[in-house]
Amino acid sequence: MHPIPRLLFVAMACVGMAACSKKVKETPPPATPAAPTAPSTGEATTAPYTPKPGAYTQADLDRDACLRIRAFYFDLDRDNVKSEAQNAILCHAKYLRDRPMARLTLEGHTDERGSQEYNLGLGERRGNAVAQALQAQGASASQVIVVSYGEERPECRESNEACWSQNRRVDLNYTVP
Amino acid sequence: MATAYLKRFLLSLALIAFAGLARAQQAEVDLVGGRDAATPIAVVPFGGDAGVEIASIIRADLARSGQFRPLADADMVERPTETSEVNFPFWRTLGQDWLLVGRVVGDLAVQYELFDVAGQQRVLGQVKSGPGSALRDIAHQIADDVYEKITGTRGAFWTRLAYVTVEGVGKASRYSIMVSDADGHGARSVASYGAPLMSPAWSPDGRSLAYVSFESGNSAIYVQDLASGARERVTSFPGINSAPAFSPDGRRLAMTLSRSGDPEIYVMDLGSRGLTQVTRQSGIDTAPAWSADGAYLYFTSDRGGRPQVYRASASGGAATRVTFEGGYNADPALSPDSKKTAVVQGSGNSYRIALMDTSLGSARWSPLSPGSLDESPAFAPNGSMLVYAGRDGSRGALYVISADGRVRERLPAAGADVRDPAWSPYRPVR
Repeated sequence: MHPIPRLLFVAMACVGMAACSKKVKETPPPATPAAPTAPSTGEATTAPYTPKPGAYTQADLDRDACLRIRAFYFDLDRDNVKSEAQNAILCHAKYLRDRPMARLTLEGHTDERGSQEYNLGLGERRGNAVAQALQAQGASASQVIVVSYGEERPECRESNEACWSQNRRVDLNYTVP
Repeated sequence: MATAYLKRFLLSLALIAFAGLARAQQAEVDLVGGRDAATPIAVVPFGGDAGVEIASIIRADLARSGQFRPLADADMVERPTETSEVNFPFWRTLGQDWLLVGRVVGDLAVQYELFDVAGQQRVLGQVKSGPGSALRDIAHQIADDVYEKITGTRGAFWTRLAYVTVEGVGKASRYSIMVSDADGHGARSVASYGAPLMSPAWSPDGRSLAYVSFESGNSAIYVQDLASGARERVTSFPGINSAPAFSPDGRRLAMTLSRSGDPEIYVMDLGSRGLTQVTRQSGIDTAPAWSADGAYLYFTSDRGGRPQVYRASASGGAATRVTFEGGYNADPALSPDSKKTAVVQGSGNSYRIALMDTSLGSARWSPLSPGSLDESPAFAPNGSMLVYAGRDGSRGALYVISADGRVRERLPAAGADVRDPAWSPYRPVR
């Protein structure tokens, strides 16, 4: 009946299922998954990498609805990852597990209120919280870097809560997909 | 003779009535409290070509300090430019304590004289000269001389500000470090990147700036020589590299690094590049500021839950909490005598600059700025004024406020969004 418990149930059910994130895909998976023998992808020539069946591929970053979530939002002065972000944490952690060569930069941001220097620390805390959540799901520490921008790089420059809530975020930026 | 004097007297009375009106038209200046305690001074437009401009620069400087109440230009029916033309009773009628007159000769020599109106005597008489381009410099230096003669404290009008401007939003933003005169004029860019720049800090000799740049993809601290533009990256550790602050002797740089896992205060010896860790505490420790004797660092820490100001020896050791009023105190800035601490004080949705005065022993707090998004306070080198970043509508703007909070002026700084000001030390007098 209530949408939130249902979402939670789906999220919890997903934890145990390796390929559950495919359920939220916007587009169908590629007809022929990148086969280990297919040399046409430039990647196969640069890295001797063999994706497991059901593993994410680089193309999923743009196709998979869950992987396309690239920002997590935070409450004022808080650095805890919200429960609504758990699904995206799981699929990004799986992507990092499936692709050990992938590198992710987590960019921590705050809203404009208060000290710039303190906000730089707060942005780092948010980035670290996301990094720890990813690592708890099996991502390697060497794959994830945290860079805090504090209040220096807002998405939105108006002084109201609608804008501030957009600026309290961690952006996920794959530097190596 | 007597009729002429009476005429002049009546005219003066009429002018006094209009004085309030004229003052209200001064743009960008905000009288927060009464100016009754401020000293009345008449700065008469100087003779010669640039004389009007020079006098108006001096007048604006003196007004900004909060300690002077310059007579409006329109009130000056008499316009003496040298001793022989000064009619003391006229200025006394207008309620003036001090009178500054002068004249510009050649390109550019400025002769000026300061008179004590009640004592009917000249207390200062000097000539300043320089190239035509030095007009504003000369005007600020005269304002400094007048300020020092009357208050006994060195003037800080001939100083500079460094600050950051931002144009655009998001990843397309352009950031610049600017240096301008202390009144916001003459701004020039000293560094400009498509990545965030922040936290400019002056070296004590005024020759270089330390600042933070994200141009390499993470924060890193740079020190740049202002004359040559040459610069050096001094730290680029993983994590935060921020909040540089030169020690009073210029040999050390305090900073925040999070290479150990969370932001801690460090001091770098600029000669050896050796690092001393000052804080070892979970939580955020940042924004170090030196005491005038170089022995202590004041900084922001949320070790107690919320950000408050703490103090520790610059060589490390235990920290003592300094601020106890309000739930959010950050970004400490110390007055030159270390007796006043300006902070960003947060309460609810409002962040304003507040001043903690310990000159009488126990801490006395007073709010300085109106809020609601004010930050980054910095003292002028004589402690008489502060600059801070606030808002002007939807844009960031710089404000100079007198240390007693009575006079606040929005600086005419160029750029879309202006923030993060730092006040230079005194400049060496030529």
